[in-house]
Amino acid sequence: MLPSWVAGATALLSLLIIAAFYPSVTNGGVLRFEGTWLPQLGLNFTLRMDGFAWLFSMLIAGIGFLVVVYARYYMSEDDPVPRFFSFLLAFMGAMLGIVMSGNVILLSVFWELTSIFSFLLISYWHNNAAARDGARMALTVTGIGGFCLLIGLLLLGNIVGSYDLDKILAAGDVIRGHSLYVPALVFILLGALTKSAQFPFHFWLPNAMAAPTPVSAFLHSATMVKAGVFLLVRFWPVLSGTYEWFYLVGLAGIITLVLGAYFAMFQQDLKGLLAYSTISHLGLITTLLSLGSPLATVAAIFHMVNHATFKASLFMAAGIIDHETGTRDMRRLSGLFRYLPITGTLAMVASAAMAGVPLLNGFLSKEMFFAEAVETHADSILDRILPYVATLASAFSVAYSLRFIHTVFFGPQPTDLPKPKPHEPPRWMRFPIDLLVVACLVVGIIPAISIGPFLHTAVVSVLGPETPEYSLSIWHGVNLPLIMSAIALVGGTLLYLSLRKYLATCEDGPPILRNLKGQRIFERILVEVSWRWARTLERRFGTRNLQPQLRWVVATGFLAGLLPLYLSGFETREIAFSGIDPAFAAIWLLGICLAFGTAYLAKYHRLAALVMLGGVGLIVCITFVWLSAPDLAITQLLVEIVTTVLILLGLRWLPKRTEGLAESITLRARFRRFRDLTLAVLCGIGMSFIAYAVMTMPVPDAIANYFLENAYSQGGGRNVVNVILVDFRGFDTLGEIAVLGVVALTVFALLRRFRPAPDSMDLPEQQRIQNRFDEDRPERSAGDTVRDYLLVPSVIMTWLFPVIITFAVYIFMRGHDMPGGGFSAGLTLSIAFLLQYLAGGTRWAEDRIRILPLRWMGAGILTASATGIGAWFFGYPFLTSHFQYVELPLIGKMPAATALLFDLGVFSLVVGSTVLILVALAHQSIRINRLRAIDVARTEEG
Amino acid sequence: MELVLSTAIGVMTGCGVWLILRPRTYQVIVGLSLLSYAVNLFIFGVGGVKTNVPPILVDGVPNSTLADPVPQALVLTAIVIGFATTALFLVVLLASRGLTGTDHVDGRNEPK
Repeated sequence: MLPSWVAGATALLSLLIIAAFYPSVTNGGVLRFEGTWLPQLGLNFTLRMDGFAWLFSMLIAGIGFLVVVYARYYMSEDDPVPRFFSFLLAFMGAMLGIVMSGNVILLSVFWELTSIFSFLLISYWHNNAAARDGARMALTVTGIGGFCLLIGLLLLGNIVGSYDLDKILAAGDVIRGHSLYVPALVFILLGALTKSAQFPFHFWLPNAMAAPTPVSAFLHSATMVKAGVFLLVRFWPVLSGTYEWFYLVGLAGIITLVLGAYFAMFQQDLKGLLAYSTISHLGLITTLLSLGSPLATVAAIFHMVNHATFKASLFMAAGIIDHETGTRDMRRLSGLFRYLPITGTLAMVASAAMAGVPLLNGFLSKEMFFAEAVETHADSILDRILPYVATLASAFSVAYSLRFIHTVFFGPQPTDLPKPKPHEPPRWMRFPIDLLVVACLVVGIIPAISIGPFLHTAVVSVLGPETPEYSLSIWHGVNLPLIMSAIALVGGTLLYLSLRKYLATCEDGPPILRNLKGQRIFERILVEVSWRWARTLERRFGTRNLQPQLRWVVATGFLAGLLPLYLSGFETREIAFSGIDPAFAAIWLLGICLAFGTAYLAKYHRLAALVMLGGVGLIVCITFVWLSAPDLAITQLLVEIVTTVLILLGLRWLPKRTEGLAESITLRARFRRFRDLTLAVLCGIGMSFIAYAVMTMPVPDAIANYFLENAYSQGGGRNVVNVILVDFRGFDTLGEIAVLGVVALTVFALLRRFRPAPDSMDLPEQQRIQNRFDEDRPERSAGDTVRDYLLVPSVIMTWLFPVIITFAVYIFMRGHDMPGGGFSAGLTLSIAFLLQYLAGGTRWAEDRIRILPLRWMGAGILTASATGIGAWFFGYPFLTSHFQYVELPLIGKMPAATALLFDLGVFSLVVGSTVLILVALAHQSIRINRLRAIDVARTEEG
Repeated sequence: MELVLSTAIGVMTGCGVWLILRPRTYQVIVGLSLLSYAVNLFIFGVGGVKTNVPPILVDGVPNSTLADPVPQALVLTAIVIGFATTALFLVVLLASRGLTGTDHVDGRNEPK
């Protein structure tokens, strides 16, 4: 299986690389890599490895490698194995990213990535509903946590003034003394506690057990859930030591410690037991961290490593049992030792480590925990009950470890296994467990030699000068922690013996609390929020009608415009009342009348409204001329022409509407109109005020001067507007012509599928008269007169074709120095084509010229982009322009800027798009005749 | 000048808003055109109202007296894009009329 080899090699290689870094991280050394990402925002791709990160990375890569080896045998041939290994490696990478991030924002990014990949891994068997639900729950809980974490880290960065981890770690006193300390702490804790499945967010972990067992062995023992406690350790130097920290972290930790262990005893699913046990052990680590003492932190780091080793091996053992027998239900499993002697022995050792039996690694860290529990840290009830709680939880853990071994491996022959003949797994499937169990033993027996130096490196990197004296020996004499251990071992055994009968048959989950499931509460909330609330909101505020939506948009826009006026008051800063030019006022008086006319007539008299709209457009155009914007005037005039033609073409398919015939006006309609009128008047008045205020404000010394001063020296053109378009802001223009092209293509595509409504207009009266005239005379056939109608203008239009083309070229060429340019030249040329359609009709025009607008568009966008790319070859950024003047015979000095080439692209695209839109619409009238002819032919045949 | 122009902008906005709140598609397309005139003039007006000083460099004329070219460049592309969206809307309007048989903006004659 190639995928597993690739995955294994990758993991092993990472492990070796990380191991090779060890010399640089000893004695508090830190390795850093800095790549710029968004330096303006203080966000860099900083990787940082200190002793603690090294230890954790080793754990991630090491267990990752073992899990790959294990999964190679665990996954069935039918599963999509490449996907599994790629998710697993991606997860491993994200996890390594968390521990090595040197920038807290980067850390948050990797944190999110682990949530996403854990979702994909848990839902790997996506045909299984439980896997989907579990994955969704894990993602929701850890995703919300991740969001909180991001907020917390942003607050932290805000307090310190940097997102760099080293700077944050050096600013402990500033952070603890800051007024934002508590919110930052709460948000970071929400992130950490959700990830580490701490009470009250613990419920997602047992549900995530629907994942394939290798995933559980990796994510739910060594990595994903450890990310939370990793974070607590990482920020321990700067966040801990306050009462808030002690209470929040301590309370969550202690409750999780006891509750997890208690729940674990009553699980019937092997993996469920392990999941709750994980929750409990994570609670133990959290509790240790809450104490705020350096020694407790040493114990916490030590226990993280120990827990990862024994829990990963136990998960793998559970996977083997599941694989061999077909079930994980402890009520059905029994007496497997005779079939699986080696796996059984290994599981026993690992379980004993979990229970804290001497000579195993679990014992050492548990002793350290007991020693810390006995110490007084922050005198309070919580602190005083801790020794008793710790002993109780430890007794529980002895009981469930015992139960795991005793139920599965001892007792009578199993009777109802789905696979009746279990046997030992392949040699290499067991190999990871061998290795991990040996590690448990070695660390448990000779801790100071085996784990000692590495642990010390990690501890020094976290605690620095605060590193306490600690001893990793097995025997400290008869002291209180040892007595507590003994009590827990004896008590746990007795507890198991007394519960054995009950546990053999009972339902899943502890008595009484069985029915109180976090999962169910979670799901109810989910349904409530995402379904009921959403439905209610939609019912209340949703509408499928356009008018209310537009009304809301307009009203909101009005209010948004009003708000700043309300906040800062309205005052006109009169620069100089430039007076009212009577001629200007007169044309706008006309313009205003036309605007009102348009609004009034648009319902019943479409053509008249269109004419008036065109009139308004012309007055806008005159305004541009008047107010020193010749370029705008040209463009406006040309656009006005094509828009009017376009709408004219469309008018014939709109339904007939006759005044007075329609609806009797109801009271509701009256009210609606009144409301809309009020809104319209308000918006109009508001807009007038704002416009007046803006125009009478002194224009600040803005970017205009920059463009005016540099247009000639850098852009080589005198027409500053054109230079801005094709040079300074060329990239914007490229985007805009792309939009234009996309719109034209959309129009074209829509019209290809379009079945127009029947024509709402008969032949015009004049055409009917002319046709009748033809019919009355035998020597003429129908249509002859119509064809010759407007003959003189159409001949003129035909002859104007070359003139207009020349004019377009002229406008284009002068664009850089005088009003004109690609946009207006393109529109001019398309009007030249349009006139030919008007003069002779669609068929006549297309018999004579083939325009191929799509080619024009393609050529345009390619020319514009190629001009931009060309700059790369000279080592400049995209769209950098170059110009010089060249001497041409006859014409004289000509600017030859690459911007001109860009403008040529604009020109070509504008021609193509405009013609495409107009021609596509014009073709509809031909198509409809053709469709009608087909229909007629069909009925005649039928 | 400013007074006339701002009044005109106000009137066109008012007419445009009134029209886009009407139920017929044709009214909406005309209303949008009116609104775009108003908005274009407004953006243009932000640069200040000056006569006879187009932003075209002429030797001997100081730059600071010229009209602001930036709003002009913005409005120029806005005019062209405005044409494109009008065309798109017109086609959608026609398609909707063809499919539903009515020119009501919701594709049915009376709202629910």
